[in-house]
Parts: sequence; structure tokens; C-alpha cells
Amino acid sequence: MSVEFDRKIHNTLADADLQLAIYTATARLKDKRVETTAPDALPEYQELRTQAHAVKKHTIENLDYYLEEFERNVEAHGGKVVYAKDGTEVSDFVLSLAKERGARLIVKSKSMTTEEVDLNERLEHHGLESVETDLGEYIIQLAHERPYHIVAPALHMTRYQVADLFTERLKVPRETVIEKQTAIARKMLRQKFLAADIGISGANFLVAGSGAVVLVENEGNIRLTTSAPKIHIAIAGIEKMIPRAQDLAVFLKLLGRSGTGQLLTVYTSFLSGPRRGAEIDGPDEFYVVLLDNGRTRLLPDRGKRQSLYCIRCGACLNACPVYRKIGGHSFPWVYSGPIGAIITPQFMGVSHEPALPFASSLCGACAEVCPVKIDIPKVLLELRSDVKKAEARDQRGRLEKLAFRAFAWLMTHPRLYEMAGKLAAAVAPPGDGWIKSVPAPMNVGPLRAWLSQRDLPPAPARSFREMWRRR
Amino acid sequence: MSRDNILHRIRTAVGRSAGQAVADPPPVRIRIPDVAMEKRIATMFERIEALSGRAHRAATPEDARAFVAAAIEGKSAVASNAPFLAECGIATLPGVRSGILDREELRGLCATLDVGITSADYALADTGSLVMIASPNEARLISLLPPSHIAVVPRDRILTGLDELFSILPNPAEATSSMVLITGPSRTADIEQILVRGVHGPGQFTVVVVG
Repeated sequence: MSVEFDRKIHNTLADADLQLAIYTATARLKDKRVETTAPDALPEYQELRTQAHAVKKHTIENLDYYLEEFERNVEAHGGKVVYAKDGTEVSDFVLSLAKERGARLIVKSKSMTTEEVDLNERLEHHGLESVETDLGEYIIQLAHERPYHIVAPALHMTRYQVADLFTERLKVPRETVIEKQTAIARKMLRQKFLAADIGISGANFLVAGSGAVVLVENEGNIRLTTSAPKIHIAIAGIEKMIPRAQDLAVFLKLLGRSGTGQLLTVYTSFLSGPRRGAEIDGPDEFYVVLLDNGRTRLLPDRGKRQSLYCIRCGACLNACPVYRKIGGHSFPWVYSGPIGAIITPQFMGVSHEPALPFASSLCGACAEVCPVKIDIPKVLLELRSDVKKAEARDQRGRLEKLAFRAFAWLMTHPRLYEMAGKLAAAVAPPGDGWIKSVPAPMNVGPLRAWLSQRDLPPAPARSFREMWRRR
Repeated sequence: MSRDNILHRIRTAVGRSAGQAVADPPPVRIRIPDVAMEKRIATMFERIEALSGRAHRAATPEDARAFVAAAIEGKSAVASNAPFLAECGIATLPGVRSGILDREELRGLCATLDVGITSADYALADTGSLVMIASPNEARLISLLPPSHIAVVPRDRILTGLDELFSILPNPAEATSSMVLITGPSRTADIEQILVRGVHGPGQFTVVVVG
């Protein structure tokens, strides 16, 4: 475990306010999900999960086909598709377009994909202003933090912290009433929306057969981002694809309920291309950036490929006993909770934080609530095996390997094994209690560390082999 | 180039070749329940009110006109070019701007006026949603920028739900660049999970069903 991971976990556990905030927020989201997916509320819930899984599986197994179909349809509607292998290619595209069009101000709607590639930082580094417009994201952008939760990015902050932040960063009088804080943000951001040159959104789904980007939200900032500026750029992971618009009848029913316990979010936008013909408003230019950023790396593995079925509802975070204690910022990358524990090592490589796949009790609560039935515990186990294989390849695994080789040799030589057993019994401390330590010369290093957490049973008067011979 | 590179990596990983056909995607559950119109309206109103929206049943276009007139009294409003609003005489109510086709002019009005009045292409009973299809009749911003949104919908547009919508419109992209489902007033719970309405979109949401 890295020192960083360990420290963040301990800090979170020691912070009583934070513990309460995480516990209350996740409990609320969890209860609302249970309510709206209960058999009397949605009798076909399990059937929908099975279908969603099947559709995602089919799409990922034929992803190249659907990407090309998507591309053709976006272009048929006057939009443009750009492929990007990583964050640099995404920001290069946005920067060159902004330069060509003389754009300076960008409004952004919440997108985990752009968090993944630190898009705001990259754009701001080149002198563009890029403003997050989802209230929670706006708050954490002002605080220079990362989202705490996939659907509730500022879950960890209180109204008092928000008040201090607004006073400091927006130069407004201190305001602790949440409605008024929201009104401050509305006013500030309304000016940005009306002045922005470019709107950047993410995507919840890409519909291949329509060339459409589908976005769900409650605030209206996504609609503004995608409708007010003259240019709309949607940035999406390649795995967001679904074949047809009809599939949304399944996915939309699952996403709102699993994420926030809503039958549908307040706004669901189905956008295909720039404004057409005599339509009065909407963007003149429409781009979709399809991002790889490590996704194709996990495609070859049939077992772990299902990690790409995720629709980012956040239900597994709320259900996870580990997330609910250690919170979102303990996780080493932008994705937290069980889904973060399986996609981070695959996108970033297992050595990014080798302890991550082990930070789970494998209780299975995540798999139970996953709307697309990703078998998260199974993928965690496979990743644990990958971590061990990687360790075996490097220095740290050598000693352990040597010890196991010696043990294997001993086990395959019965005489020696018996002698070693007798020797161990002879040096074991007297008495018939549990053995808590070993004699001084051996009580060092790994053996000592191992015994600090474990006791050994007392040495038997006679070994099994002896009893067998005298039977 | 990244495009070809990414597509090549995918094909190698999943064992496909370029241009290879695919089997039909797995069928999805599309079931349209048989629900009488009155029951649909009752369910829709229940849903809208549960979300703190307002729902009103107008027996005739004149009723609808009177209801909207009362709702916008003393306020400024902009109406969409939907023929149904003209039929109801709502587009010509005093204090209502309508017939706007210029983008910049419309945007300016939406950013400053109190109420946006639209019709809707469909409504979904089981979620209490409006289906707004962008066209010369319906702009995107009227239902979005003003603090209050009133939608006036003829009763025959009320569908049972998402399944029926997607069987009527299997590919919405053929008709429009933007189809938006609106389910209640704009809201957030981003600070301490406390619900606040009217963040970026309208905080007041009113649906009038006519007929």
C-alpha cells in the first residue's frame, strides 16, 4: 500500500464530520434506489438489468462496427467525430478549434471523462477560461478539488465551507443559506452561459444508429452548455456506445433509479448534430470526441472487459461498506468506490496503486446493485491475481518466491519434513498455550511481522505421521 | 492517426476484421400497456405534482387561455411558434412575445423575460415528462432560460411512457437535432443533499392539458 493511500484513508476515518456526511449522503441515495427499483415499483427491474448487460456485451464485442456507424450518422447530420488516444489529443483538438474560432470562454458540464484527462487544467494552462457549470462541480472547481462521488461531486462539503469558498473566490458577502448559495451560482454562471464561445459536455450514451449523444441531468446546465454557445463539443469514452435509440427505453429506466432514485432525471437530452434547417436555436457546430485513454487496453481480456459496461450511476459507491468509510478522495484516481477499484488499475496499470484491488471485503453488494450486472468482485479477484503476478516479476517478490521454493522442497522430501517438524516442536516455547512468538534468533523481520498478527497452535506431543505408524 | 489506430486495437482485441457484419443486437423489452386516457392524465398529474410541478386540466382551448392569462398576470412572457398555442389564443395574450424566428432576438428575450410558454410534441404519463422536439415551432431556450415554464399540451399527445415514445420515434435524430425530455422543475441537491429548485433551468414548471 502506498503511503499516500494509507494516509488518506486514516485521515478520512479520523474526521467525524466527514464520516457523517458520507454516511448520510450514501444512505439517502441508497434508500431512494431501493424504493424505485422495488418489485412493486418496477416489476421488470431484473429483466431490464439482464437486457442492459446483454446490449452492452454485444456492443463492446462489436465496438469497431458501432463506432463507425456512429461516425457515419453524426456526419450525415452535419457533425464531426474526432478520435483521441489520450488527454493530450483531446486538449490539442479543443485548443486548435478554440484558436481557429477565436474562442476564449468555455462552459463545461459535468463529465467524469474530462476529469480523467484533467481537461480544465490543460485548457487553462493555454489561457482559456473553462468553467464547470454543475453546482457541485462548480464548487469543487473553485476549491481546486476532485469529485468526491460520481453523482454527488461536492458530497463532502458543508454549507459553511461553501460559504467561505464563495466569499473568498467570488468576492460575495458570506451566505450560508443553501437556496441563496444556489442563487449566487445561478447568477454567476448565467453570465458565463450567455457569453461562452464553446460548450463542452460529456455523454451518458452514444447512440450508433442515430449518431446521437444522450445526456441526463437535473439542473439544466447541460442543456445550456449544449444549446447556448455556437459550438458544442461532446467528449465521451468509446465504451459509451449503444446500438439503437430504442435501447434507451431500458437504460434510462435503470440509470435514473440507480443513480439518484429518480424515474427519470429532470432533463434527458438526445442531441444529434448542429441545429438543422429552420430550427431557431442550438449550436452551429457539433463535435464528438471519442476517447480511448486506456480503454482498448482492457478489451482483450474477456473476463475483465465487462468493466466497460459501466454507465456511471454511482450505485456501487453507495452500497459499498468500504467507500462508505474511506470516502471518495482516498481513492487514487478520479473514479472511486468499487467501479474505481476495477477501472483504475486497468486504465492506469496495476502498479499505480497495487493495494487498490485488495481494498474490498468482496461482500458483493456492488454487483447486487449494478444496473448492468458487472461482476465487480470477480474482476477484483482477477486484478488481485494480476497484482501478485506483477509483484512476482519485480524485486519485492523474490524473497517470498525463495521461501515458497524452500517450503515446496521440504514438502516433497518426507524425511526432512518430519525432522523439521520435530525440530520445530523442540524449539517451541514450553506449555500448551498458543505460540505468540518464536525464539529470539528467529524473531526478526518478516517472521516477526507475520506473528505480530497471528498465533500458532501449540506443538503436538506426537505428529500425525507418528500416530499413523503406531495405529 | 488515432482513428485507425483505435479501431485497429479494438478489432485485434475482440477478434473482428474491418467491415465485418454484426448480428442483430439483443432485443430489448418494449411493452406498451393499454391505459385509458383519463388514467394516463391522472398518473401524469400525480407525477408532476410529486416533483413540485403544477398540473392543470383545461376543458377547452378557451379555458387554457384563461388559465395561462391568470398565471402570467403582471409578468412578461415569450411563447413558442407552436400552432397549438396560436389555436388556443395564447400566443396573442397581452404581454406575450411570440412569432420570433431570429436566434439572437429570441435568446435576448428568454434571458430577460419571466415566463416561457411552449407546447410539447408528446407527454409521458408514467414519469410525468414532456417531450420537446426542436423545430421552427419549438426553440430550445424558451423552456430553459426563463425562471418559469408553462407547457400547453393537447390531450391526444399523452403517451404511456418511454416504451411508447421510442416505438413511435425509433430514431428521433431523423426529425430533429434535439429531443429533450423534461421531468419537473430544474433542481439540485449538491450542497448537503438539500433539494433546491430552479438552479439553471426554470424553478417553476406548469403543465396544462387541454381537452
